[in-house]
Amino acid sequence: MSGGVFGGFLAVLGREWKLALRHPSDTLAAVLFFVLVAALFPFGVGPAPDTLARLAPGALLAAALLAALLPLDRLFGAEAEDGSLDQLLLSGLPRGVLAAAKALGHWLTTGVPLIAATPIAAAMLNLPVEAWGVAMVALALATALLSLLGTLGAALTLGARRGGVLLPLLVLPLAIPAVIFGAAAIEAASAGLSAAPFLLLLGAGVSLAAPLAPIAAGAALSSD
Amino acid sequence: MAAGQPILDVLDLACIRGDRAIFAGLSFTVPAGGALLLTGANGAGKSSLLRVIAGLLPTAGGEVVLEGAPARSDPAGHALRLRYISSQDALKPALTVAENLAFYAALWGGDVAPALEALGLGALAGLPGRVLSTGQRRRLALARLALAPARLWLLDEPSLGLDAASVSRLGTLMARHRDAGGAILAATHLPLPLPDARELKL
Repeated sequence: MSGGVFGGFLAVLGREWKLALRHPSDTLAAVLFFVLVAALFPFGVGPAPDTLARLAPGALLAAALLAALLPLDRLFGAEAEDGSLDQLLLSGLPRGVLAAAKALGHWLTTGVPLIAATPIAAAMLNLPVEAWGVAMVALALATALLSLLGTLGAALTLGARRGGVLLPLLVLPLAIPAVIFGAAAIEAASAGLSAAPFLLLLGAGVSLAAPLAPIAAGAALSSD
Repeated sequence: MAAGQPILDVLDLACIRGDRAIFAGLSFTVPAGGALLLTGANGAGKSSLLRVIAGLLPTAGGEVVLEGAPARSDPAGHALRLRYISSQDALKPALTVAENLAFYAALWGGDVAPALEALGLGALAGLPGRVLSTGQRRRLALARLALAPARLWLLDEPSLGLDAASVSRLGTLMARHRDAGGAILAATHLPLPLPDARELKL
């Protein structure tokens, strides 16, 4: 390989980035979904500001994770369809590194736009402005965890019939800790308490999944 | 490497898909500078054989040895010693012709511009992949062969959809590869410009 393993990692990541820029519809769909769910909530719950603010942390997390799931079944599916997966598997890049590049690519093209849209969703859910910063950090960590777990799920369900249905069933139960600690962090921030313990727990989850999920996804990857 | 030295050794290879044995007990050798044409009816297992040798499909028995190294002992190293052109073009419609190839150049080394020239795609470098015709897409897939050298080429219907000029370009590319001591294993229904190629009927 010319650029070594890290060069290969950057090549795959750069390609993900370029493809997302040329085809922004996947990213836009996820962001729109996120904002629309946040916009629907007030209609269902009623306009009472206090009720809405109480529900906001959980609603934000749930909406963001579901939105981030949307493009996941195309993560390896699109590569398998056009024959690129064969070439990626024969690239000489360790499969775990390939999966790690895919996971980071998903986070950069889906997670980061969701974080940027968080203030809009937070405003519609009447989340106190003081908690917006913590909400963005919590969503950054939660979407990172989902990208890692989702890459594993996408590798496992690749080639399965109805893989698009199977994927959320597999990934969302594993993402429950992200919802619990993420929502708790935002709640603490809106009550004027320290959100650090919850964010640190979320960060621990991400640092645990960062090496493990790509290795497992790499082992599950095959073009069979 | 001296001509005639074996590049690819296939020993007693078997492949099972579902519960059907596609082939079994298959043994052959492709020497340096040699070419082997795989022929046979649709569904005879030509593509499966190429995928097994590439390491993309598991073997049900037997051994694939490339340059003396068994494939299963080092799959990543095995992958780097071969190029596989499948029946799919592995092309991203949103990327330009040059960008499509530049990705593989980043992985394997080699220069994009001469590789595009070798397949007559130089003038199309800036066009997005989605506007290419069937033959142009095929030529872009084949341009991967012209990037960096690899000992063994596995080609699945390489000339499908190509015009006469492109087939002769492919012929030049394959001749150069064989002169440099490379080996070619090609599954095809169409006549390929491969002089002195042996034939294996599946």
